[in-house]
Amino acid sequence: MWWVRLRALILKELLAVLRDPKGRFILIGPPIIQLLVFSYAATLEVKNVDILILNQDSGVAGYELVQRISGAPSFRHVLRTEDPAEIRDAINMQRVMAAVRIDATFSRDIAAGRPAPVQIILDGRRSNASQIVSGYLTQIINGLAADAAKANGRLAAPVSVEPRNWFNPNLDFLWFMVPNLVASIALLIGLVVTALSVARERELGTFDQLMVSPLRPHEILIGKLVPPMLIGMFHITIFILAAVFVFGIPLRGSVVLLYASGFFFLASVVGIGLFISSLSMTQQQAILGAFLFLVPAMLLSGFATPIENMPEWLQPISYMDPLSYFLVIVKGVFLKDLGPWDVALNTAPLAVIAIVTLSSAAWLFRRRME
Amino acid sequence: MMSSTRESGAAPYVTLSRVTKSFGASSPALDDVSGIIRGGEITGLIGPDGAGKTTLIRLMTGLLVPDEGSLSVLGFDSRSEAARIHDAIGYMPQRFGLYEDLSVQENLNLYADLRGLPLHERSGVFEELLRFTDLKNFTRRLAGKLSGGMKQKLGLACALLQKPRLLLLDEPGVGVDPISRRELWKMVENLTAEGVGVVWSTAYLDEAEACDRVLLLNQGKLLFSGPPSDLTERMGGRVFKVTGISGRRREFLAKVLDRPGVIDGVIQGDAVRLVMRSDAKGEPLLEGAGVEVAPTQPRFEDAFVDLLGGGPGGTSQLAEAVKALPAQDAAPVIEARGLTKRFGDFTAAQDITFSIPRGQIFGLLGPNGAGKSTTFKMLCGLLKPTAGQGRVAGFDLRRDTAEARNRLGYMAQKFSLYGDLTVGQNLEFFAGVYGLRGKGKSQRIALMNDIFDFGPHAKMSAKDLPLGLKQRLALACAVMHEPEVLFLDEPTSGVDPISRREFWTHINGLVEKGVTVLVTTHFMEEAEYCDRISLIYRGQSIALGSPDELKVRVASAENPDPTMEDAFIALVEQSQAEAVAA
Repeated sequence: MWWVRLRALILKELLAVLRDPKGRFILIGPPIIQLLVFSYAATLEVKNVDILILNQDSGVAGYELVQRISGAPSFRHVLRTEDPAEIRDAINMQRVMAAVRIDATFSRDIAAGRPAPVQIILDGRRSNASQIVSGYLTQIINGLAADAAKANGRLAAPVSVEPRNWFNPNLDFLWFMVPNLVASIALLIGLVVTALSVARERELGTFDQLMVSPLRPHEILIGKLVPPMLIGMFHITIFILAAVFVFGIPLRGSVVLLYASGFFFLASVVGIGLFISSLSMTQQQAILGAFLFLVPAMLLSGFATPIENMPEWLQPISYMDPLSYFLVIVKGVFLKDLGPWDVALNTAPLAVIAIVTLSSAAWLFRRRME
Repeated sequence: MMSSTRESGAAPYVTLSRVTKSFGASSPALDDVSGIIRGGEITGLIGPDGAGKTTLIRLMTGLLVPDEGSLSVLGFDSRSEAARIHDAIGYMPQRFGLYEDLSVQENLNLYADLRGLPLHERSGVFEELLRFTDLKNFTRRLAGKLSGGMKQKLGLACALLQKPRLLLLDEPGVGVDPISRRELWKMVENLTAEGVGVVWSTAYLDEAEACDRVLLLNQGKLLFSGPPSDLTERMGGRVFKVTGISGRRREFLAKVLDRPGVIDGVIQGDAVRLVMRSDAKGEPLLEGAGVEVAPTQPRFEDAFVDLLGGGPGGTSQLAEAVKALPAQDAAPVIEARGLTKRFGDFTAAQDITFSIPRGQIFGLLGPNGAGKSTTFKMLCGLLKPTAGQGRVAGFDLRRDTAEARNRLGYMAQKFSLYGDLTVGQNLEFFAGVYGLRGKGKSQRIALMNDIFDFGPHAKMSAKDLPLGLKQRLALACAVMHEPEVLFLDEPTSGVDPISRREFWTHINGLVEKGVTVLVTTHFMEEAEYCDRISLIYRGQSIALGSPDELKVRVASAENPDPTMEDAFIALVEQSQAEAVAA
């Protein structure tokens, strides 16, 4: 008997989301926006940077350095100046990200084997990007120094660093971002769809109707939780397909493990969603509540900034964030074939969080039934 | 209600010429409406929900512009001179007119600011309005905490801050208890004596009779315009009251309604009220029925039903498809014992006790906020009583769930259907939730489609249905699983009289088959359908008995045949007098 009731409720919940134009928008709008914004706009790579060069040296080495910088693909325009005051202006007005100043004695110093200083001035207001630009420039200058030493018949620098980026050899930003999105979209959709479900019925006055039907409270709970999980799984699938076939990101690990952990992740998310929904009287409150959780959950998860960089008192909070575990799993499965044991290690906390959120949501749901 | 006649003949305040207004592609909200509204009169804008009343009022304020035709308000054209109209009218919208988080005084101040009322005039105006509306002792109370009647009075005060020449009131009677309703009416009458033109829109047909002039609207069309007595007079000699019915009056009504010549009939306490077709001569032929038939005063509602072409027949296909429940022992089906509910220090329901035997309709009657919904919710298991106990079919619905709830059907105020689901999907859902499946399910759904004629609308979203169909669908969803107990919460508020007749025909038929019904209503006329009613006022049951018993209790020399509303008001006053004496 109960499965007849439950099936009717689950079908109704799915229809209620799919037939409501606003509901449909929630399923289609945010995923597309996230995909576009995070994959293309929110890039951390430094491209299209302008550089200013003040070359006071008239020798070969100075000319060579300017050529090497001009030829680097990361820089869009390489501007030249003769006026030291121009550097201050150009950085201050953000016309360039960095300025390189080559001393008048640069070529002579190199020829004589003396240390030859090059000054790099960076825009510290854009700290992240300028760090990366500084890295690029240092690399170019070191290259020049090594070649110059060789040409002078002296030994090259005794230590040479050859970086290799494992898992993402070209440090392609999309490889990092798109797997992240698989997790974050599941969080967004699972949370919002669940948060709206009970609140919608309260707002429209259908909740009482449900409560006087033979559906038992736990059946209503299950009926409210299954559809958002199905929808969340659907979005995970779409994003995995997009990652592999649109963005060409390698899927090296086990899809089965990914879905298994995804189940626990979604369970913990819909638990939070239901908790918010039980507290809300209107759909507007539910959406506000969902975003109140969503924004900190994204920031604390290590989505954009490493958890290790956060102050120590804040880090424990990120351990409560289901997204932080699922991010590890998704990125791991995609990029490095994360093993079953490691997936399990990160899924166990998800299961614990799911039990806590689901049972507290159930408790609140029953309590608020009046 | 009270009526008044005043000399008319002054120039009209509002002239409507062939006004048409549509929203979207569906049939127009107002279709070719013409008429006039005069100063110094109360003009009733009468019609069920969705008739176009609010649209017409908003057109008169200049907030909406007609698609076709024109409106002249106080000599100004509503298209080009809306600002000048705003300065000269007072408008009280249906809801949202007040800021619920502001106090009474703050609301008045705000509206005075908005209206640009000069500071030095304010204290005098406020004083007068507060006295007029009797809100003087409540100036510091939040508007959201006022009773329905007090809210409407405050709304009226805000609309009257600068004495308007034309006052537009959109359903001022909704959510107001009968006593406050009479007070509101008196205030408005005083205004008309000063020459103000008043538009009072309402879905209550009894209010129509008290207006000087009415515009009767249905589905956007103007059915009648003129003094209401002109309309009711047409019904002269066609309305009869049948008394002395031996046996069951519902069965009697069902049979009589199927006769040719009878276009409308309702139960009125122990009697039945019949309306005859205009070509049917004289008294209805009820030979051998052993009943007394006497002509009676026609009402506005009779005329409305006549204009709509008469009510439905008396046979309910729904009831015919239902197995008769065995008349078991005399044990009550629904029982309330000392039901009490407190929210903090507010007592919403106090010691409510009654019992309902099988096959009866029991009504909880009272204004909004009186506690009838609270009582209702405690009985169907939605609220936990603070004290006392409620039992339905032998079960306590807060403890015994699935099986007990399979026996009851529930239909709530605003037809709690799923608006985004189609008619068919709603039926599927409710069938599934009540455990119907397989062949039984498809048979029941087919039967509902057949009885209620959903066929042409099966693919429409429930929210886009006309109100009458919504109500049919809600009833279908509530009875699909053949419940033995029906809970109806304000089931027919705002629907047109034909839909209401149809609804009660089904309910009457089901009751004849042994279904027990608990109904809440603030609609005094609807109480007449009940076998017994409990009058709920301020959380207490102040009277319990059959409609006729209650009416007899308050009959007096000057009012030998009181209406249900008269009875309600008299009984409330009695209980207040007792409370003071105690």
